[in-house]
Amino acid sequence: MALLGRVCLLLALAVCAYGIGASIYGVRTGRWEWAVSGRRSVYALAGILTVGFLILEIAFLRDDFAFNAVADTSSRTTPTFYKAAAVWSSQEGSLLLWAWLMSLWSSLALFLTRRRIRDVAAYATAIMLGFGGFFIALMVFYAQPFATTSPTPSEGVGLDPLLRFPTMMIHPPMLYSGYTLCTIPLAFGMGALLARRVDAEWIRVIRRFAFGAWFFLGIGILLGARWSYSELGWGGYWGWDAVENAALLPWLTGTAFLHSLMIQEKRGMLKVWNVSLVLATGTLAIMGTFLVRSGVLNSIHAFGGQTLGVPFVVLIAVLIAGSIYLVVTRREMLRSEHRIDSLLSREAAFLANNLVLVALVFVILWGTYFPLISEALTGQEASVGPPWFDRYTVPLALILVLLSGIGPVIAWRRATLANARRNFLVPIGVALATLVALLAAGVPVKPFAFAMFCCAAFVFGSIGQEFFRGMRARSAMAGEAPPTALVALVRRNRRRYGGYIVHIGIAVLFVGVAASTSFQHESELGLSPGQSSRVGAYTIKYVRPTASVTPDYDSSSTQGGRELSAIIRAEPGVTLGPDTARTGATLSLGAVLDVSKHGRHVTTLYPSEGFYASEEPTQGSVGHLIGGQPVSHVAVDAGITRDVWTAIAPNIETPRLKRIVTLGNKTLPYIHPGEGMVAIAALAAAYMKSPPQAQFHLIASPLVMWIWIGGLIVVGGALIAIWPAPSVVRRRVSARSRARTERGLARA
Amino acid sequence: MEFLIAVIALVLLMVVILVISAPLRAGGSSTRAEPARDTESGPVGAGRSEHETEHGASARVGVDRDAIAPAERHAELEAAREAKYREIRDTELDYRTGKLSQEDFAATDSALRAEAVEILDRLAALEGEGATESEGATPRDA
Repeated sequence: MALLGRVCLLLALAVCAYGIGASIYGVRTGRWEWAVSGRRSVYALAGILTVGFLILEIAFLRDDFAFNAVADTSSRTTPTFYKAAAVWSSQEGSLLLWAWLMSLWSSLALFLTRRRIRDVAAYATAIMLGFGGFFIALMVFYAQPFATTSPTPSEGVGLDPLLRFPTMMIHPPMLYSGYTLCTIPLAFGMGALLARRVDAEWIRVIRRFAFGAWFFLGIGILLGARWSYSELGWGGYWGWDAVENAALLPWLTGTAFLHSLMIQEKRGMLKVWNVSLVLATGTLAIMGTFLVRSGVLNSIHAFGGQTLGVPFVVLIAVLIAGSIYLVVTRREMLRSEHRIDSLLSREAAFLANNLVLVALVFVILWGTYFPLISEALTGQEASVGPPWFDRYTVPLALILVLLSGIGPVIAWRRATLANARRNFLVPIGVALATLVALLAAGVPVKPFAFAMFCCAAFVFGSIGQEFFRGMRARSAMAGEAPPTALVALVRRNRRRYGGYIVHIGIAVLFVGVAASTSFQHESELGLSPGQSSRVGAYTIKYVRPTASVTPDYDSSSTQGGRELSAIIRAEPGVTLGPDTARTGATLSLGAVLDVSKHGRHVTTLYPSEGFYASEEPTQGSVGHLIGGQPVSHVAVDAGITRDVWTAIAPNIETPRLKRIVTLGNKTLPYIHPGEGMVAIAALAAAYMKSPPQAQFHLIASPLVMWIWIGGLIVVGGALIAIWPAPSVVRRRVSARSRARTERGLARA
Repeated sequence: MEFLIAVIALVLLMVVILVISAPLRAGGSSTRAEPARDTESGPVGAGRSEHETEHGASARVGVDRDAIAPAERHAELEAAREAKYREIRDTELDYRTGKLSQEDFAATDSALRAEAVEILDRLAALEGEGATESEGATPRDA
């Protein structure tokens, strides 16, 4: 099957080369059948890469260790659930996933635009196939997903334990969908510049895909934050890590574009700005992939090797140079058709929002690439940490949230002062009321948090007012009951009200961020069973340790296995079975924590740490069974008002426990892992009998839950905004609008 | 196993060639160019093939553009019309939710409606052209 996979890649590369040539030839000569043939190359590419991806996926599920990618990132002991996801944890598999997703999204985009802007679409086809060709060439020449080894290894290395987390199943495909969707507006933007058709038509065509890219990137970022909070054991959801930033950057420029494109659609303005944002978003998406896959920057999320740096740098340089050349040479036709009429207009608010977003992008870009810049200039790699990012991003975030409340209540073109006063009265009132309520409730004054709460309250006030007034107007016009009018209002104006819901979600999310960072209580300390510690208002008591041992095979299937099971079960306190998170840890050591508040029991938590087998023979026959990277399994009591977050780092490096491993290494043969497991069971029993002090990380944070709720509101609002209106409804609406337009003219 | 893989690879190659070359093959045989292909290759193949029979391949470029332009222009004008209708609705909603004064609304609304009518006129003109062309073409086709 590996051979078929390799054939697929070669065929895909040939199809890309043909499609690029056919598309360019078709559009340059006007022989459109060639352009259509080029477009069909993208469909064919999607088919070929689907076959290739299925081959690799099947190899992972069948534990076919003849495939290097399978042997390096999966194993028989990796739970099946995670074997399917292990495909994209490998460098080669992730490149294949990228190219496959890009071919699918490109096919969809080209199919939906097959009867519009053919010249632009033909150039876009060539550019999309160029991206496809680049990634396929990487797989053919640098990181081959179908490379095999002989003789076939009997076992694989296994999936990185850090990735054995449910959201990791969908986080990479979401992020990659976002990245690959970002390249579609880029391709059409470049196509529009090459075809010299820079009116609003190409913007209308790609709007849905730009929104899709923003949507999937947003979900990917949110899932990544959730993984960081629940799996990494440091207690945070955002650490300004290079790879996190790399995903955030195109999301920010995409957000700016989604706002400014409305100005071009409505007023024919900001053409240079829009096309620049589209090109920047696509380039930043490629840079994001580069960061994850090149290993050029240190990151907890970077899972690539060091071999792909040069090709990516060349691609990024070509993209930047090409974008600048196209924008500069087409600047005359990119002139705005109108000017901003007033600073008190929605255009001005959107422009301000764009400037803030781009300022954020520059700050984050500088901070992310600072290690590379400093190394290039001084020869020494230096990096900036979260405090540096916070210093600049916090004020910008405040302005951004405030603007998300201002934009919706200002009219296009020009708002009068009287109208503005009337529209801002309620939001300002809500913000001031919030401030008074916070002070009256005795909440400790934290300037950033208070400012964010007031800005968010302003947003709730302005958007609540928008919904109320819209509902009232609809109710008066159509004679509908308020709830019916509200639903009809949103259904008829999905983009507007979906966007408003997104604004609410963003405000909610920032309330969660502000509260959880400003009012967090944290403690890192060593505890022995029976000892307790206070974190904020909570008392957390280490009641007793826990231990579970999981053989890397079905222990009931052989006589030796059954004997082993009996031995492990005989150890007091040691459980035979998978770790609580079911990640395939050989040994899992944890704690039972009693959480109480003012003497009253709140909950019981069970944090643990998993120890995994490694493939390192020098660690010995017993040592290698727990010699892999230990991974923390966090225990959280999540609530609407606060989270109690706990993690444990058990100490297995005590002389007594190390002696068991050393003795096992000396006496037990490497080739009998079952016997090694007896030593691991003995180690677990010794740990339970006399548990050494364990390190605990305890956090009590308010309103963390609202970060995830805010994220879900954003997703819901985005779905409403992006959801296509049924064609029948659209026709009916159009007919009505047409009749109204004609009636209006008749009156005039 | 290797034989099976070779067969699958060959089948894949054949399918790819068939998919990619379909518009070229359809364009090459003028008499078989059917309107049904509109879903994929649109009027491109039909227009080119028809003209190729009459004037030969050298005149392809101009004829293609003539054949494609109306369909494409129609789709684009329809999209522009939808966008303009949406803009009119947005303005009306802005007015009803108190963001626009009566005077500003009246001025903006009439400007937008005039722009919408301009688009409608262009659409009507294009549809008229199409109707005339098909009326003229019918006797010849028959």
